[in-house]
Amino acid sequence: MAATDIAVIGFAQTPAERRAEGNEVQLLVPTVSAALAMAGLDRREVGFTCAGSCDYLTGGPFAFVQNLEAAGAWPPIEESHVEMDGAWALYEAWVRLQHGDIDTALVFGSGKSSPADPAALWPQQLDPYTLAPLGVDPVSLAALQARSLIHRGLATERDFAEVAVRSRRAALANPHAQVRGEADVEALLAEPYVRDPLRRHDLPPISDGAVAVVLARGDRAQALCARPAWIRGIDHRIEVHQPGMRDLTESPSTTLAAERAGYDGGPLDVAELSAVFSPQEGILRRALALPEGTDANPSGGPLAANPVMATGLVRIAEVAARIIDGRADRGLAHATGGQLLQHNLVCLMEGR
Amino acid sequence: MSSGERCAVVGIGQTHHRKRRDDVSIPGLVREAALRALDDAEMTFADVDALVIGKAPDAFEGIIQPELFLADALGAAGKPMLRVHTAGSVGGSTFIVGAHLVQSRIHQRVLAISWEKQSEGNAQWGLAGGRSRGIGAGGAFAPWIRAYIERSGAPEYIGWQVAVKDRLNALRNPYAHLQLADISIDRVRESPMLWDPLRFLESCPSSDGACAVVLTDEAGGRRAARPPAWVEATSVRSELGMFPGRDPVRPQAGVECAHDVYRQAGIGDPRREIDVAEIYVPFSWYEPMWLEGHDIAGPGEGWRMVDDGITEMGGAFPVNPSGGVLSSNPIGASGMLRFAEAALQVRGLAGEHQIDGARTALAQAYGGAAQYFAMGVLRSEPR
Repeated sequence: MAATDIAVIGFAQTPAERRAEGNEVQLLVPTVSAALAMAGLDRREVGFTCAGSCDYLTGGPFAFVQNLEAAGAWPPIEESHVEMDGAWALYEAWVRLQHGDIDTALVFGSGKSSPADPAALWPQQLDPYTLAPLGVDPVSLAALQARSLIHRGLATERDFAEVAVRSRRAALANPHAQVRGEADVEALLAEPYVRDPLRRHDLPPISDGAVAVVLARGDRAQALCARPAWIRGIDHRIEVHQPGMRDLTESPSTTLAAERAGYDGGPLDVAELSAVFSPQEGILRRALALPEGTDANPSGGPLAANPVMATGLVRIAEVAARIIDGRADRGLAHATGGQLLQHNLVCLMEGR
Repeated sequence: MSSGERCAVVGIGQTHHRKRRDDVSIPGLVREAALRALDDAEMTFADVDALVIGKAPDAFEGIIQPELFLADALGAAGKPMLRVHTAGSVGGSTFIVGAHLVQSRIHQRVLAISWEKQSEGNAQWGLAGGRSRGIGAGGAFAPWIRAYIERSGAPEYIGWQVAVKDRLNALRNPYAHLQLADISIDRVRESPMLWDPLRFLESCPSSDGACAVVLTDEAGGRRAARPPAWVEATSVRSELGMFPGRDPVRPQAGVECAHDVYRQAGIGDPRREIDVAEIYVPFSWYEPMWLEGHDIAGPGEGWRMVDDGITEMGGAFPVNPSGGVLSSNPIGASGMLRFAEAALQVRGLAGEHQIDGARTALAQAYGGAAQYFAMGVLRSEPR
């Protein structure tokens, strides 16, 4: 059995911005420092460091090597990197902490979407033989998914707009959000399509940003944090890549990851979901069978701020924040990778 | 990191590495290694609990996170899949992340795969960070190699000797990319100078290839069809690539990584207690440099081990009997190949390049500006 006494004890994130002044390292340095300060740790005390980022976002191979600066890698550190959202870097660190010979870990995720045109970039993430040549961008793929939901009678364009309204309203209380405010469903539905049936409000903003999280185990977590956010379970599952091979209205890998993370369907005070496009929130709610009364995406979620490669780890930080400060006792964070919810991670956290 | 479940390598597969594998797609290349590893373990994709995929920069093939589309070809649906990227050391790091999944008792059977299909793109461009004025990996390492030569007083022919030895070893390895039957000191010396003091034949090739390993727990290792290799130690270390006072010839991260695996494996005298080593030597001079940089040889003694033939197949401390990175370099896979070849040696399954009686093997990979290290010790019997 995996250890269940590993907890989030510190976190920090940058505000999500359409175009951040600093480069990725400059975003990360103060963020990592703030997370370590919250945890009361000196960087030299960190047992293991793991980062998540994407070379292609930065526009240069080995881009992550520069991010080592943020970890302060001197003297040498025990460190790894995943070409994935920072949530998977947290997973690797959680695995490493299972060994018991170290009791703290630093995790961070970062990405700047501003230097490139996402519509030109992300088609290169698709199967290079059959899909990439079509040049289908993430918004077009998400529109196919939205259309499937509507055809099945599982959602309407009004449902999508309502997700956006709730997200923007919730984001009013989130100092890191990029898109916030009061919006009217009728007004949103009067807007033109970006890709039928999706309108601008159904899309995430283009964001630059970074997030850092500090983990600690057992007594060390207790000593460093009055109320650690204990990770009761974490798991991730991938699905096939070809959209034509999947039912885009479902997310069976999310269901499976939640089950393997030990989520029993019981009450949740908070859930932070990587619903990058508004229609995905309903898919994830059904996949997780979120109980009534769960506060979903109180931060505003990815529709309010979407620093790609940090978005998933931000979800974990947002849930942990609410547990650590006592607003929540039990919460679930979800991260996603690839297009159309191909790869999903679920992290279940509790205050005791 | 020996505190958890024991981990055994029970399946190993690799492709026939070539300059251009245009007989296969990327999924075809990766499956070639994966299926060989599963066959070796007498398993199928259905037996795999989780996958770990490693490769060097996505720009080498021009696909963002290609493991996402490879999920279909690797039977990964419904399973966890991690993608590791730690520069040149990535194949080693990928092996280690896979071992951690077993040692932590999270999974019982893990398939770790690393690959590169360099013919799909331009590795020199990629190594230059996709920018102009690229000097190539050799250009980055040449000044440090020169510094090693100055510091140790090594004669210039040491590099040529390593280049010949590894290519002769490769003739015994049917998977090796370079099969240079006519290799000789004269040929290396007369090959064009690329990055002084590195000549063409002292440099690694650019290869298409993949490597895969099946990792299991102790029970899985005990009941394996063929002898397992036991993962006795693993360690990673990273340091900044450039700052005043850094010693890039003998990076501290490499010293600490080596000492960590020796400690975990209970090795007091690595030169005596290790039977064979598979070390990441993309340029000939890195053999003596790592022998010293990992405290297998004392200062200035690494090149003497080469000169005395100690690192040859028949020597007392054979290095890279597979032919090493100098003979096959699918970059993302090159680090895992070191771990796989070390494991083959202690399993007694290395064929023509088997070192008789190998029981303890060292595996090492490095990357970036000689700043990322991934090392392991494999044994025929668990301690």
